[in-house]
Amino acid sequence: MMSEYLNIILFDSLKILALLIPVLIAVALIVWVDRRVWGLVQLRKGPNVVGPFGLFQTVADALKYIFKEIIIPAGANKIIFILAPVVTMSLALLAWAVIPFGENLYVTNINVGILYLFAVSSLGVYGIIMAGWASNSKYPFLGALRSAAQMVSYEVSIGLVIINVLLCVGSLNLVDIVIAQKNIWFAIPLFPMFVIFFISALAETNRPPFDLPEAEAELVSGYQTEYSGMMYALFWLGEYANILLMCALGSILFLGGWLSPLDIAPFNLIPSPIWLILKILLLFILFALVKAIVPRYRYDQLMRLGWKVFLPLSLFWVVLTSGFLFYFDLLPN
Amino acid sequence: METEFLRDYATILIFLFISIGLGFGFIFVNFLFSPSNPDTEKLSAYECGFEAFSDSRMKFDVRFYLVAILFIIFDLEVAFLFPWAVTLGQLGPLGFWSMMIFLTVLTIGFIYEWKKGALDWE
Repeated sequence: MMSEYLNIILFDSLKILALLIPVLIAVALIVWVDRRVWGLVQLRKGPNVVGPFGLFQTVADALKYIFKEIIIPAGANKIIFILAPVVTMSLALLAWAVIPFGENLYVTNINVGILYLFAVSSLGVYGIIMAGWASNSKYPFLGALRSAAQMVSYEVSIGLVIINVLLCVGSLNLVDIVIAQKNIWFAIPLFPMFVIFFISALAETNRPPFDLPEAEAELVSGYQTEYSGMMYALFWLGEYANILLMCALGSILFLGGWLSPLDIAPFNLIPSPIWLILKILLLFILFALVKAIVPRYRYDQLMRLGWKVFLPLSLFWVVLTSGFLFYFDLLPN
Repeated sequence: METEFLRDYATILIFLFISIGLGFGFIFVNFLFSPSNPDTEKLSAYECGFEAFSDSRMKFDVRFYLVAILFIIFDLEVAFLFPWAVTLGQLGPLGFWSMMIFLTVLTIGFIYEWKKGALDWE
């Protein structure tokens, strides 16, 4: 019996590491993509020195963080202060457990996959609140407050957007959601919802133009102000892992996940994970372009967009989608 | 059946331990290799170069609290919609119209909030 459990743990750990290591490498590469795109838009070169095309820039950054002094402010709640970045990063990684890269290619395939993702990404706000509170300093406190209010506001509209997709699928399982898009990607019939999802994902991950929690002109660096060394790097890693996760979620909900765009010869021979990775990359480049092009929102504009535009619109769309599917008897099962 | 069901969640539990371990591992490596020479100035809370004027656990705008309350209402609604959306095909007209009535009531509440100015930020 004991050895059976050990086997399970060992087997699962290997599976998890086979996912985690590529995700961490992907985060490192995506940071580089982000900075390169940013540079290209501004007619700069961006990082291009470390390694070929500057690919190893992030690794160099991470190594630098290892040798930086850990500063814990005297007035801080030390345990919560140290716990906050760990919580942020581990939650961002934890959500990856259910992302399917192919019909039989996943770490775990729970039947309430989308609910799990929704729950874990909601927990992300705790890391930020903990950081802001434990720092016992003004700017982190204000940054954390803003960030929490912003994240919960946009979570509601993301939830309603997900309801729209679920109405078309009739299952909470992520594999089922992708397979339901065999005929048509949900981005086409639910296009307005795709747009709302994309913009809400920007706000949910505190990306520009919604990066108010760390608006450096007002709040120094928001909830990260008092952090240094690897603990700062963990926030940054968690943030990018979350961004990547949102891109993956967008591809699974709206862009057909691992499915190829056309089910004919050259396209469907390409292995499924490649398609998912390409779609994630496409969405991420959009994220990066938005960062480079769009100016930052004011806080009242941000809250207005979330509560007065996205919430009513997505709620209305839930009624519209369910009414349409119900009236024409197109509901699954 | 049940063990198989729990088996999927065991993987998530192991995942949780590994990712928390990874987080602490990174900090531990940092701890091993970094210098440590603190002084009072370095350990004081950051406030643009001078001593902090007041306690940082200060009063803040009540609207943040209001947003949190509104969030609970709407997030509960979303949680309520999840099972409905998945099973709508089996629920039939009764299930559909019940939810529509619920959403109407909620929308009336939402309009009230809007008119009261709970969603305004200056």
